[in-house]
Amino acid sequence: MIRVILPSHLRTLASVGGEVQLDLAGPVTSCSILDALEARFPMLRGTIRDQVTRQRRPFLRFFACNEDVSFVPPDGPLPDAVATGREPFFIVGAIAGG
Amino acid sequence: MSSVRVLVGTRKGAFILSSDGKREKWEVNGPFFGGWEVYHLKGSPVDPNRIYASQSSSWHGQVIQRSSDGGVTWEAVGNKFAYHGDTGTHQWYDGTPHPWEFKRVWHLEPSLVDPDTVYAGVEDAALFRTTDGGQNWHELSGLRGHGSGSRWQPGAGGMCLHTILLDPKNHNRIFIAISAAGAFRSDDAGATWKPINRGLRSQYIPDPVAEVGHCVHRIAMHPSRPDTLFMQKHWDVMRSDNGGDQWQEVSGNLPTDFGFVIDVHAHEPETIYVIPIKSDAEHYPPDGRLRVYRSRTGGNDWEPLTNGLPQSHCYVNVLRDGMAVDSLDSCGIYFGTTGGQVYASPDAGETWSAIVRDLPPVVSVEVQTLP
Repeated sequence: MIRVILPSHLRTLASVGGEVQLDLAGPVTSCSILDALEARFPMLRGTIRDQVTRQRRPFLRFFACNEDVSFVPPDGPLPDAVATGREPFFIVGAIAGG
Repeated sequence: MSSVRVLVGTRKGAFILSSDGKREKWEVNGPFFGGWEVYHLKGSPVDPNRIYASQSSSWHGQVIQRSSDGGVTWEAVGNKFAYHGDTGTHQWYDGTPHPWEFKRVWHLEPSLVDPDTVYAGVEDAALFRTTDGGQNWHELSGLRGHGSGSRWQPGAGGMCLHTILLDPKNHNRIFIAISAAGAFRSDDAGATWKPINRGLRSQYIPDPVAEVGHCVHRIAMHPSRPDTLFMQKHWDVMRSDNGGDQWQEVSGNLPTDFGFVIDVHAHEPETIYVIPIKSDAEHYPPDGRLRVYRSRTGGNDWEPLTNGLPQSHCYVNVLRDGMAVDSLDSCGIYFGTTGGQVYASPDAGETWSAIVRDLPPVVSVEVQTLP
Protein backbone atom coordinates (compact mmCIF):
# COMPACT_ATOMS: atom_id res chain seq x y z
CA MET A 1 0.00 0.00 0.00
CA ILE A 2 1.37 3.37 -1.06
CA ARG A 3 0.48 6.64 0.65
CA VAL A 4 0.24 9.86 -1.37
CA ILE A 5 -0.17 13.39 -0.06
CA LEU A 6 -1.73 15.77 -2.57
CA PRO A 7 -1.59 19.56 -2.59
CA SER A 8 -4.77 21.19 -1.33
CA HIS A 9 -6.21 22.16 -4.71
CA LEU A 10 -5.92 18.60 -5.92
CA ARG A 11 -7.43 17.19 -2.74
CA THR A 12 -10.44 19.39 -3.43
CA LEU A 13 -10.55 18.40 -7.07
CA ALA A 14 -10.40 14.70 -6.23
CA SER A 15 -12.76 15.11 -3.25
CA VAL A 16 -10.37 13.46 -0.81
CA GLY A 17 -9.87 14.70 2.72
CA GLY A 18 -6.46 13.43 3.68
CA GLU A 19 -3.82 11.19 2.23
CA VAL A 20 -4.62 8.81 -0.62
CA GLN A 21 -3.81 5.12 -0.28
CA LEU A 22 -3.08 3.11 -3.40
CA ASP A 23 -2.28 -0.52 -4.04
CA LEU A 24 0.42 -0.94 -6.66
CA ALA A 25 1.59 -4.03 -8.44
CA GLY A 26 5.19 -3.95 -9.57
CA PRO A 27 7.96 -1.44 -9.02
CA VAL A 28 7.13 1.65 -7.01
CA THR A 29 8.20 4.64 -9.04
CA SER A 30 6.84 8.12 -9.47
CA CYS A 31 5.42 7.00 -12.83
CA SER A 32 3.65 3.95 -11.37
CA ILE A 33 2.29 6.00 -8.49
CA LEU A 34 0.91 8.64 -10.85
CA ASP A 35 -0.51 5.97 -13.17
CA ALA A 36 -2.38 4.43 -10.26
CA LEU A 37 -3.43 7.80 -8.90
CA GLU A 38 -4.84 8.93 -12.26
CA ALA A 39 -6.60 5.61 -12.79
CA ARG A 40 -8.43 5.99 -9.50
CA PHE A 41 -8.98 9.74 -9.82
CA PRO A 42 -9.37 10.53 -13.53
CA MET A 43 -10.01 14.18 -12.74
CA LEU A 44 -6.33 14.47 -11.77
CA ARG A 45 -5.13 13.58 -15.27
CA GLY A 46 -3.03 16.42 -16.57
CA THR A 47 -2.83 18.26 -13.26
CA ILE A 48 0.44 16.77 -11.97
CA ARG A 49 2.17 15.92 -15.24
CA ASP A 50 1.46 17.05 -18.75
CA GLN A 51 -0.64 14.47 -20.56
CA VAL A 52 1.25 14.80 -23.81
CA THR A 53 4.87 15.21 -22.69
CA ARG A 54 4.45 13.32 -19.39
CA GLN A 55 6.66 15.97 -17.81
CA ARG A 56 6.08 16.97 -14.20
CA ARG A 57 4.44 20.37 -14.03
CA PRO A 58 7.07 23.02 -13.31
CA PHE A 59 5.51 24.32 -10.11
CA LEU A 60 5.23 20.86 -8.54
CA ARG A 61 7.88 18.83 -6.74
CA PHE A 62 7.96 15.30 -5.34
CA PHE A 63 9.32 14.54 -1.86
CA ALA A 64 9.84 11.33 0.08
CA CYS A 65 11.62 10.62 3.37
CA ASN A 66 12.52 14.32 3.65
CA GLU A 67 14.30 14.17 0.32
CA ASP A 68 13.51 15.85 -2.96
CA VAL A 69 12.88 13.02 -5.40
CA SER A 70 11.60 15.28 -8.17
CA PHE A 71 14.57 14.50 -10.35
CA VAL A 72 14.60 10.75 -9.83
CA PRO A 73 13.74 9.42 -13.31
CA PRO A 74 10.03 8.56 -13.64
CA ASP A 75 10.86 4.87 -13.77
CA GLY A 76 13.54 5.06 -11.10
CA PRO A 77 12.96 3.30 -7.78
CA LEU A 78 11.72 5.30 -4.82
CA PRO A 79 12.87 4.64 -1.24
CA ASP A 80 11.76 1.37 0.34
CA ALA A 81 9.93 3.34 3.01
CA VAL A 82 7.60 4.70 0.32
CA ALA A 83 7.23 1.33 -1.36
CA THR A 84 6.21 -0.27 1.92
CA GLY A 85 3.91 2.56 2.95
CA ARG A 86 5.89 3.62 6.01
CA GLU A 87 6.46 7.03 4.47
CA PRO A 88 4.14 8.96 2.13
CA PHE A 89 4.96 10.26 -1.32
CA PHE A 90 4.45 14.01 -1.21
CA ILE A 91 3.31 16.06 -4.21
CA VAL A 92 4.06 19.64 -3.24
CA GLY A 93 3.22 22.92 -4.96
CA ALA A 94 5.91 25.59 -5.17
CA ILE A 95 5.46 28.60 -2.93
CA ALA A 96 5.28 31.22 -5.63
CA GLY A 97 3.30 34.37 -6.05
CA GLY A 98 2.44 37.11 -3.63
CA MET B 1 -42.05 32.98 -15.81
CA SER B 2 -38.73 33.49 -17.53
CA SER B 3 -35.57 33.80 -15.53
CA VAL B 4 -31.91 34.46 -16.18
CA ARG B 5 -28.72 32.85 -15.04
CA VAL B 6 -25.47 34.81 -15.27
CA LEU B 7 -22.32 32.70 -15.45
CA VAL B 8 -19.30 34.58 -14.17
CA GLY B 9 -15.71 33.42 -14.52
CA THR B 10 -13.12 35.09 -12.29
CA ARG B 11 -9.45 34.86 -11.42
CA LYS B 12 -10.32 32.84 -8.34
CA GLY B 13 -13.37 30.78 -9.16
CA ALA B 14 -16.78 30.83 -10.84
CA PHE B 15 -20.06 32.31 -9.67
CA ILE B 16 -23.63 31.82 -10.84
CA LEU B 17 -26.08 34.68 -10.37
CA SER B 18 -29.80 33.98 -10.72
CA SER B 19 -32.88 36.16 -10.96
CA ASP B 20 -36.41 36.07 -12.22
CA GLY B 21 -37.46 37.97 -15.32
CA LYS B 22 -37.67 41.26 -13.45
CA ARG B 23 -33.93 41.09 -12.81
CA GLU B 24 -34.19 43.11 -9.61
CA LYS B 25 -33.15 40.60 -6.93
CA TRP B 26 -30.22 38.31 -7.42
CA GLU B 27 -29.09 35.12 -5.76
CA VAL B 28 -25.34 34.59 -5.82
CA ASN B 29 -23.93 31.07 -5.75
CA GLY B 30 -20.26 30.19 -5.59
CA PRO B 31 -17.40 30.23 -5.64
CA PHE B 32 -17.14 27.09 -7.69
CA PHE B 33 -13.58 25.82 -8.22
CA GLY B 34 -12.36 28.37 -5.69
CA GLY B 35 -8.79 29.49 -6.11
CA TRP B 36 -8.62 28.45 -9.76
CA GLU B 37 -8.87 30.78 -12.70
CA VAL B 38 -12.10 30.20 -14.56
CA TYR B 39 -11.65 31.81 -17.94
CA HIS B 40 -15.07 30.91 -19.26
CA LEU B 41 -18.36 29.13 -18.58
CA LYS B 42 -21.10 28.64 -21.11
CA GLY B 43 -24.35 26.70 -21.29
CA SER B 44 -25.68 24.67 -24.17
CA PRO B 45 -28.37 26.49 -26.18
CA VAL B 46 -30.27 23.22 -26.60
CA ASP B 47 -29.95 22.07 -22.97
CA PRO B 48 -29.46 25.05 -20.65
CA ASN B 49 -28.76 22.78 -17.69
CA ARG B 50 -25.67 21.52 -19.48
CA ILE B 51 -22.92 23.99 -18.64
CA TYR B 52 -19.24 23.72 -19.41
CA ALA B 53 -16.51 25.52 -17.49
CA SER B 54 -12.82 26.06 -18.12
CA GLN B 55 -10.89 25.81 -14.86
CA SER B 56 -7.15 26.39 -14.97
CA SER B 57 -4.16 27.08 -12.80
CA SER B 58 -0.51 27.86 -13.31
CA TRP B 59 0.30 24.98 -10.97
CA HIS B 60 -2.08 22.29 -12.18
CA GLY B 61 -2.91 23.15 -15.78
CA GLN B 62 -6.31 22.77 -17.38
CA VAL B 63 -9.45 21.10 -16.05
CA ILE B 64 -12.74 21.04 -17.94
CA GLN B 65 -15.83 20.84 -15.76
CA ARG B 66 -19.34 19.89 -16.87
CA SER B 67 -22.64 20.33 -15.10
CA SER B 68 -25.90 18.66 -16.08
CA ASP B 69 -28.05 20.38 -13.48
CA GLY B 70 -27.58 24.05 -14.20
CA GLY B 71 -24.40 24.44 -12.21
CA VAL B 72 -25.47 22.84 -8.93
CA THR B 73 -23.07 19.92 -9.27
CA TRP B 74 -20.04 19.49 -11.51
CA GLU B 75 -17.84 16.70 -12.77
CA ALA B 76 -14.40 16.96 -14.28
CA VAL B 77 -14.33 15.58 -17.80
CA GLY B 78 -11.50 15.25 -20.32
CA ASN B 79 -8.68 17.75 -20.28
CA LYS B 80 -6.25 16.34 -22.82
CA PHE B 81 -5.61 18.99 -25.46
CA ALA B 82 -3.00 17.50 -27.76
CA TYR B 83 -2.13 19.40 -30.91
CA HIS B 84 -2.51 17.39 -34.08
CA GLY B 85 0.57 16.12 -35.84
CA ASP B 86 3.86 17.98 -36.05
CA THR B 87 3.04 21.10 -34.06
CA GLY B 88 5.81 23.31 -35.47
CA THR B 89 6.43 26.81 -34.23
CA HIS B 90 4.86 30.24 -34.10
CA GLN B 91 6.58 33.55 -33.49
CA TRP B 92 7.54 34.55 -29.99
CA TYR B 93 7.43 38.14 -28.72
CA ASP B 94 11.01 38.70 -29.85
CA GLY B 95 10.32 37.40 -33.34
CA THR B 96 12.06 34.06 -32.86
CA PRO B 97 10.32 30.74 -33.54
CA HIS B 98 8.65 29.23 -30.49
CA PRO B 99 7.15 25.74 -30.20
CA TRP B 100 3.40 25.52 -29.85
CA GLU B 101 2.58 24.79 -26.20
CA PHE B 102 -0.90 24.25 -24.80
CA LYS B 103 -1.57 26.53 -21.82
CA ARG B 104 -5.30 26.87 -21.21
CA VAL B 105 -8.80 27.06 -22.64
CA TRP B 106 -9.97 30.63 -23.04
CA HIS B 107 -13.41 30.09 -24.52
CA LEU B 108 -15.95 27.26 -24.69
CA GLU B 109 -18.67 27.44 -27.32
CA PRO B 110 -21.33 24.72 -27.14
CA SER B 111 -22.92 23.65 -30.40
CA LEU B 112 -26.23 25.20 -31.39
CA VAL B 113 -27.75 21.76 -32.02
CA ASP B 114 -26.00 19.16 -29.85
CA PRO B 115 -25.27 19.46 -26.12
CA ASP B 116 -22.38 16.98 -26.39
CA THR B 117 -20.54 18.99 -29.02
CA VAL B 118 -18.45 21.89 -27.81
CA TYR B 119 -15.71 23.99 -29.38
CA ALA B 120 -12.76 25.17 -27.30
CA GLY B 121 -10.49 28.07 -28.16
CA VAL B 122 -7.14 27.61 -26.53
CA GLU B 123 -3.77 29.24 -25.88
CA ASP B 124 -1.44 28.70 -27.79
CA ALA B 125 -4.03 29.46 -30.41
CA ALA B 126 -5.91 26.49 -31.78
CA LEU B 127 -9.47 25.27 -32.04
CA PHE B 128 -10.54 21.99 -30.48
CA ARG B 129 -13.86 20.16 -30.56
CA THR B 130 -15.47 17.47 -28.46
CA THR B 131 -18.45 15.42 -29.59
CA ASP B 132 -18.83 13.37 -26.42
CA GLY B 133 -19.59 15.99 -23.82
CA GLY B 134 -16.01 16.95 -23.12
CA GLN B 135 -14.44 13.54 -22.55
CA ASN B 136 -12.23 13.70 -25.64
CA TRP B 137 -10.97 16.76 -27.49
CA HIS B 138 -9.61 16.86 -31.02
CA GLU B 139 -7.92 19.73 -32.77
CA LEU B 140 -9.44 21.18 -35.93
CA SER B 141 -5.96 21.41 -37.32
CA GLY B 142 -6.85 23.08 -40.60
CA LEU B 143 -6.81 26.38 -38.76
CA ARG B 144 -3.15 26.30 -37.74
CA GLY B 145 -2.40 24.44 -40.94
CA HIS B 146 -3.85 27.06 -43.23
CA GLY B 147 -0.40 28.50 -43.84
CA SER B 148 -0.04 31.56 -41.67
CA GLY B 149 0.27 29.79 -38.32
CA SER B 150 4.03 30.08 -38.17
CA ARG B 151 3.66 33.89 -38.41
CA TRP B 152 1.20 34.28 -35.54
CA GLN B 153 2.60 35.85 -32.42
CA PRO B 154 1.16 36.46 -28.95
CA GLY B 155 -0.57 39.58 -27.79
CA ALA B 156 0.14 40.96 -24.34
CA GLY B 157 -2.24 38.44 -22.80
CA GLY B 158 -0.88 35.49 -24.71
CA MET B 159 -1.67 33.93 -28.06
CA CYS B 160 -5.23 32.95 -27.36
CA LEU B 161 -8.12 31.89 -29.54
CA HIS B 162 -10.77 33.81 -27.65
CA THR B 163 -13.80 34.19 -29.92
CA ILE B 164 -15.87 31.43 -31.51
CA LEU B 165 -19.07 32.34 -33.36
CA LEU B 166 -21.30 29.63 -34.79
CA ASP B 167 -23.57 30.70 -37.65
CA PRO B 168 -27.17 29.74 -36.75
CA LYS B 169 -28.22 29.79 -40.41
CA ASN B 170 -25.29 27.86 -41.81
CA HIS B 171 -23.91 25.12 -39.59
CA ASN B 172 -20.84 24.78 -41.78
CA ARG B 173 -19.77 28.34 -41.04
CA ILE B 174 -17.60 29.19 -38.02
CA PHE B 175 -15.85 32.44 -37.18
CA ILE B 176 -12.93 32.64 -34.76
CA ALA B 177 -10.51 35.31 -33.63
CA ILE B 178 -7.02 35.10 -32.25
CA SER B 179 -4.96 37.67 -30.39
CA ALA B 180 -2.77 38.82 -32.17
CA ALA B 181 -3.31 37.02 -35.45
CA GLY B 182 -6.76 38.23 -36.46
CA ALA B 183 -10.08 36.77 -37.55
CA PHE B 184 -10.63 33.62 -39.56
CA ARG B 185 -13.64 31.90 -41.13
CA SER B 186 -14.41 28.32 -42.04
CA ASP B 187 -17.20 27.46 -44.49
CA ASP B 188 -16.78 23.71 -44.18
CA ALA B 189 -17.43 23.06 -40.49
CA GLY B 190 -13.86 23.72 -39.42
CA ALA B 191 -11.94 21.68 -41.97
CA THR B 192 -10.35 24.62 -43.78
CA TRP B 193 -9.99 28.28 -42.87
CA LYS B 194 -9.21 31.62 -44.41
CA PRO B 195 -8.17 34.91 -42.81
CA ILE B 196 -10.88 37.58 -42.89
CA ASN B 197 -8.95 40.72 -42.05
CA ARG B 198 -9.35 42.84 -45.17
CA GLY B 199 -10.08 46.43 -44.23
CA LEU B 200 -8.37 46.24 -40.85
CA ARG B 201 -5.53 48.70 -40.34
CA SER B 202 -3.02 48.22 -37.51
CA GLN B 203 -0.31 50.85 -37.37
CA TYR B 204 1.58 48.88 -34.72
CA ILE B 205 2.54 46.02 -37.08
CA PRO B 206 5.12 46.27 -39.88
CA ASP B 207 2.50 45.97 -42.62
CA PRO B 208 -0.60 47.80 -41.34
CA VAL B 209 -2.87 45.97 -43.81
CA ALA B 210 -1.29 42.52 -43.51
CA GLU B 211 -3.36 39.40 -44.11
CA VAL B 212 -2.70 38.29 -40.50
CA GLY B 213 -1.21 39.90 -37.40
CA HIS B 214 -4.07 42.17 -36.33
CA CYS B 215 -4.94 42.22 -32.64
CA VAL B 216 -8.64 41.43 -32.62
CA HIS B 217 -10.15 41.66 -29.15
CA ARG B 218 -13.67 40.43 -29.76
CA ILE B 219 -16.22 39.75 -32.51
CA ALA B 220 -20.00 39.77 -32.06
CA MET B 221 -22.90 38.68 -34.24
CA HIS B 222 -26.67 38.95 -34.05
CA PRO B 223 -28.24 35.54 -34.68
CA SER B 224 -30.75 36.91 -37.19
CA ARG B 225 -28.01 38.54 -39.31
CA PRO B 226 -24.98 36.26 -39.22
CA ASP B 227 -23.34 37.93 -42.21
CA THR B 228 -23.04 41.14 -40.22
CA LEU B 229 -20.16 41.07 -37.75
CA PHE B 230 -18.96 43.68 -35.29
CA MET B 231 -15.40 43.79 -34.03
CA GLN B 232 -13.61 45.52 -31.18
CA LYS B 233 -10.03 45.63 -32.25
CA HIS B 234 -6.95 46.69 -30.26
CA TRP B 235 -7.74 50.08 -31.74
CA ASP B 236 -10.85 50.65 -33.89
CA VAL B 237 -14.39 49.35 -33.81
CA MET B 238 -15.16 47.61 -37.09
CA ARG B 239 -18.13 46.24 -39.00
CA SER B 240 -18.52 43.74 -41.81
CA ASP B 241 -21.67 43.01 -43.78
CA ASN B 242 -20.34 40.12 -45.81
CA GLY B 243 -19.18 37.58 -43.28
CA GLY B 244 -15.84 39.23 -42.69
CA ASP B 245 -14.74 39.47 -46.32
CA GLN B 246 -14.41 43.23 -45.92
CA TRP B 247 -14.43 45.44 -42.82
CA GLN B 248 -15.06 49.14 -42.33
CA GLU B 249 -14.38 51.26 -39.29
CA VAL B 250 -17.41 52.45 -37.29
CA SER B 251 -15.65 54.04 -34.31
CA GLY B 252 -17.34 57.37 -35.10
CA ASN B 253 -17.64 59.66 -32.09
CA LEU B 254 -16.36 57.24 -29.45
CA PRO B 255 -14.07 58.97 -26.92
CA THR B 256 -11.49 56.26 -27.66
CA ASP B 257 -11.75 53.33 -30.01
CA PHE B 258 -9.65 51.06 -27.78
CA GLY B 259 -11.54 48.45 -25.79
CA PHE B 260 -12.12 44.77 -25.35
CA VAL B 261 -15.83 43.92 -25.37
CA ILE B 262 -18.51 44.36 -28.02
CA ASP B 263 -21.99 42.88 -28.09
CA VAL B 264 -25.30 43.16 -29.93
CA HIS B 265 -28.80 43.82 -28.54
CA ALA B 266 -30.85 40.62 -28.53
CA HIS B 267 -33.71 42.04 -30.61
CA GLU B 268 -32.16 44.98 -32.49
CA PRO B 269 -29.35 43.80 -34.75
CA GLU B 270 -28.19 47.35 -35.38
CA THR B 271 -27.89 48.19 -31.67
CA ILE B 272 -24.42 47.48 -30.38
CA TYR B 273 -22.49 48.12 -27.18
CA VAL B 274 -18.84 48.76 -26.40
CA ILE B 275 -16.93 49.92 -23.32
CA PRO B 276 -14.12 52.28 -24.36
CA ILE B 277 -10.87 52.05 -22.44
CA LYS B 278 -8.47 55.00 -22.44
CA SER B 279 -5.59 53.29 -24.23
CA ASP B 280 -3.63 50.12 -24.64
CA ALA B 281 -1.25 51.34 -21.94
CA GLU B 282 -3.97 52.59 -19.59
CA HIS B 283 -6.52 49.84 -19.33
CA TYR B 284 -9.23 51.88 -17.61
CA PRO B 285 -12.13 54.10 -18.66
CA PRO B 286 -11.35 57.65 -19.82
CA ASP B 287 -11.50 60.19 -16.99
CA GLY B 288 -12.24 57.43 -14.48
CA ARG B 289 -15.85 57.34 -15.68
CA LEU B 290 -17.28 53.91 -16.46
CA ARG B 291 -19.47 54.37 -19.52
CA VAL B 292 -21.03 51.88 -21.86
CA TYR B 293 -21.44 53.32 -25.34
CA ARG B 294 -24.44 52.30 -27.43
CA SER B 295 -25.01 52.75 -31.11
CA ARG B 296 -28.50 52.20 -32.49
CA THR B 297 -27.28 52.59 -36.06
CA GLY B 298 -24.79 49.76 -36.25
CA GLY B 299 -21.86 52.01 -35.42
CA ASN B 300 -20.49 55.51 -36.03
CA ASP B 301 -23.11 57.30 -33.89
CA TRP B 302 -22.53 56.46 -30.23
CA GLU B 303 -24.21 57.61 -27.02
CA PRO B 304 -22.78 57.20 -23.53
CA LEU B 305 -24.83 55.23 -21.00
CA THR B 306 -24.03 56.29 -17.45
CA ASN B 307 -27.13 55.93 -15.26
CA GLY B 308 -26.04 53.81 -12.31
CA LEU B 309 -22.42 53.43 -13.37
CA PRO B 310 -19.61 55.09 -11.37
CA GLN B 311 -18.72 58.42 -12.92
CA SER B 312 -15.63 59.26 -10.92
CA HIS B 313 -12.50 57.47 -9.73
CA CYS B 314 -13.31 54.26 -11.54
CA TYR B 315 -10.26 52.52 -12.98
CA VAL B 316 -11.46 49.01 -13.70
CA ASN B 317 -11.18 47.16 -16.99
CA VAL B 318 -13.72 44.97 -18.77
CA LEU B 319 -12.02 42.04 -20.45
CA ARG B 320 -12.84 40.56 -23.84
CA ASP B 321 -15.34 37.91 -22.72
CA GLY B 322 -16.81 40.20 -20.06
CA MET B 323 -20.11 41.29 -21.65
CA ALA B 324 -23.28 39.40 -22.56
CA VAL B 325 -26.97 39.99 -23.25
CA ASP B 326 -30.11 38.12 -22.31
CA SER B 327 -33.03 37.61 -24.67
CA LEU B 328 -35.96 38.74 -22.54
CA ASP B 329 -38.43 41.18 -24.10
CA SER B 330 -36.58 44.10 -22.60
CA CYS B 331 -33.03 43.13 -23.44
CA GLY B 332 -30.72 42.83 -20.45
CA ILE B 333 -27.04 43.78 -20.76
CA TYR B 334 -24.42 42.51 -18.32
CA PHE B 335 -20.71 43.10 -17.87
CA GLY B 336 -18.10 42.24 -15.29
CA THR B 337 -15.06 44.24 -14.27
CA THR B 338 -11.57 43.59 -13.03
CA GLY B 339 -12.76 45.30 -9.84
CA GLY B 340 -15.10 42.40 -9.15
CA GLN B 341 -18.42 44.04 -9.93
CA VAL B 342 -21.02 42.62 -12.28
CA TYR B 343 -23.27 45.36 -13.63
CA ALA B 344 -26.64 44.71 -15.20
CA SER B 345 -29.11 46.77 -17.13
CA PRO B 346 -32.61 45.27 -17.54
CA ASP B 347 -33.62 47.98 -20.02
CA ALA B 348 -31.11 47.80 -22.85
CA GLY B 349 -28.62 50.08 -21.13
CA GLU B 350 -30.80 52.93 -19.86
CA THR B 351 -30.19 52.11 -16.18
CA TRP B 352 -27.51 50.05 -14.50
CA SER B 353 -26.84 48.56 -11.10
CA ALA B 354 -24.21 46.28 -9.64
CA ILE B 355 -25.84 42.92 -9.04
CA VAL B 356 -22.79 41.73 -7.13
CA ARG B 357 -19.63 43.47 -5.92
CA ASP B 358 -16.25 42.46 -4.57
CA LEU B 359 -15.80 39.29 -6.55
CA PRO B 360 -12.29 38.42 -7.70
CA PRO B 361 -11.38 40.10 -11.00
CA VAL B 362 -14.00 39.09 -13.55
CA VAL B 363 -12.72 37.37 -16.67
CA SER B 364 -15.95 36.36 -18.40
CA VAL B 365 -19.70 36.87 -18.26
CA GLU B 366 -22.30 34.78 -20.06
CA VAL B 367 -26.07 34.88 -19.71
CA GLN B 368 -28.65 32.16 -20.03
CA THR B 369 -32.28 33.11 -20.59
CA LEU B 370 -34.39 30.33 -19.12
CA PRO B 371 -38.05 29.61 -19.89
